[in-house]
Amino acid sequence: MSKKESTFLNMIISLFVITIIAGVSLGFINDLTKGPIAKAKLERKVNAIKQVLPEFNNNPAEQVKLIKSDMAKDSIEIYTGMMDLMSIGTAVIGYSEKGYSGLVKIMVGFNPDGSIKNIVVLEQKETPGLGTKMKGEKFMRQFRGEKPSEFNLKPEKDGGDIDAIAGATISSRAFGEATQMAYDVFVETTQSKN
Amino acid sequence: MEYILILIAAVFVNNIVLSQFLGICPFLGVSNKVSTSIGMSGAVLFVMTIATTVTYLLHEYILMPAGLNYLRTITFILVIAALVQMVEIILKKVSPPLYQALGVFLPLITTNCAVLGVAILALGLENSSLVKAVFFAISNSIGFALALIVFASIREQLELANIPEGMKGVPINLLVAGLLSLAFLGFTALV
Amino acid sequence: MAEKLTQKENFLKGIIKDNPVFVMLLGMCPTLGVTSSAFNGLGMGVATLFVLLMSNIVVSLIKSQIPSKVRIPAFIIIIASFVTIVEMVLEAYIPFLFEQLGIFIPLIVVNCLILGRAEAFASKNHLWSSIVDALGMGIGFTIALTLLGAVREILGSGSLFDFRFVSEDANTLLLFILPPGAFIALAYLSVLFKKVSKTN
Repeated sequence: MSKKESTFLNMIISLFVITIIAGVSLGFINDLTKGPIAKAKLERKVNAIKQVLPEFNNNPAEQVKLIKSDMAKDSIEIYTGMMDLMSIGTAVIGYSEKGYSGLVKIMVGFNPDGSIKNIVVLEQKETPGLGTKMKGEKFMRQFRGEKPSEFNLKPEKDGGDIDAIAGATISSRAFGEATQMAYDVFVETTQSKN
Repeated sequence: MEYILILIAAVFVNNIVLSQFLGICPFLGVSNKVSTSIGMSGAVLFVMTIATTVTYLLHEYILMPAGLNYLRTITFILVIAALVQMVEIILKKVSPPLYQALGVFLPLITTNCAVLGVAILALGLENSSLVKAVFFAISNSIGFALALIVFASIREQLELANIPEGMKGVPINLLVAGLLSLAFLGFTALV
Repeated sequence: MAEKLTQKENFLKGIIKDNPVFVMLLGMCPTLGVTSSAFNGLGMGVATLFVLLMSNIVVSLIKSQIPSKVRIPAFIIIIASFVTIVEMVLEAYIPFLFEQLGIFIPLIVVNCLILGRAEAFASKNHLWSSIVDALGMGIGFTIALTLLGAVREILGSGSLFDFRFVSEDANTLLLFILPPGAFIALAYLSVLFKKVSKTN
């Protein structure tokens, strides 16, 4: 079992060859997985929309509107659900980076009258068993049917109406902030339509 | 203001070793003496900061524009490996006694998950910029140093204590680390 | 050249005598970082096993072509490539696991276990032994992670593999899915492992 001599040329050649092979293989796999990755991301969005809006028969995911808002550095995504060409609800993605562990991204489904139909958590890295309770039914219940214009989206500790998760005020606050962002954008877009 | 938050978060609230679990191997391996811990922390500070600078720039100006995001892992680790080699060579010339003291631990910085971990985490910072990324790296190496040095001082004391046979070595170290981590958990209310 | 170990011993050493986690203390970061549930521990174990297996195979196959001085960088490129493949495949086909394991997926590349086996074994042994070594070590690693994940999940969430056996609101020992719990659980598991492996 003889090893190649460590001459300068040999070292360069062998590393070069290995790198080229690695690079090409990775590029190949990248092409293979690009499609499924995008598909998986889209599927998650579609599932979320289905959960926050009443029944619709259009294709909101394909008709996404990107709104530039002062409140966020990236564009906000808005999906309008329609049943037989009548708008039956709007799903807006809101987020807050002030979660305990950073980003909390949610999708809020608004009824045409501005009340919340349902909220789905898209992304969060909160503490398991504490902040992650924001995904649970117990916490979520209090938002359904409420109108952010009347329901203050801050934890009770901050003078708001949210019954925060015990021991996870920061997560609850971030959740409220994200919902507020979604609502503000919702109002902006529906007002500009009128 | 934001920078103070980054510093406090990195050192106390989200301590790289005690809550994010990065850098455990050197944490358990080097911390039997306070003096080696200080040396290791210094080396990590140096490598982590420079590595994050280079990887951030690499990512921002070469990988992203060319759509080569998937080469991130491989290029980052090669940058780190090269940097560690350089540090070894420089240290040998500049301070042979320190080089001797750190011994086999120096090349191990390459496989220190904290260095690669921080380099990757720096990419996901809110409103990221090079300055922020570098500051993040420095803060995290301070956090690493804190955890390492505190743990080492406890371990030096532990040598003198009476420990049941089955718990000697790894188990008692892990237990102490757990208690230390528990203590740091109390910092969560800071931010 | 006679084999120092039979292949059976070669395989088994990775599980008990030289268990990467409990005996050799390699790969500590993912061990503590992703074991908040049994499923995550299992997923990480399998991902690591894959990279370990593939890198041992490649290193063993081309070992005579790599000049000694550049072997570490060469191993790193090989290992990093397989890790990247795992990253891409997980993101495409098992996005749930991809999200759960998070930053620890790219960190597989600095798992001292993989580089360690490439250097200590695969670069000095022929293909079949290297495969067996990787399988033994990888499975030993996976068992350790899954076990730790299971203990933490049972105590901390009252469930196993997401199968709940207490109600959602019950008071569980939350500590175990938080960082301190990882250290503590692993500490006691190590003690247990020592006892068990001594009697074997």
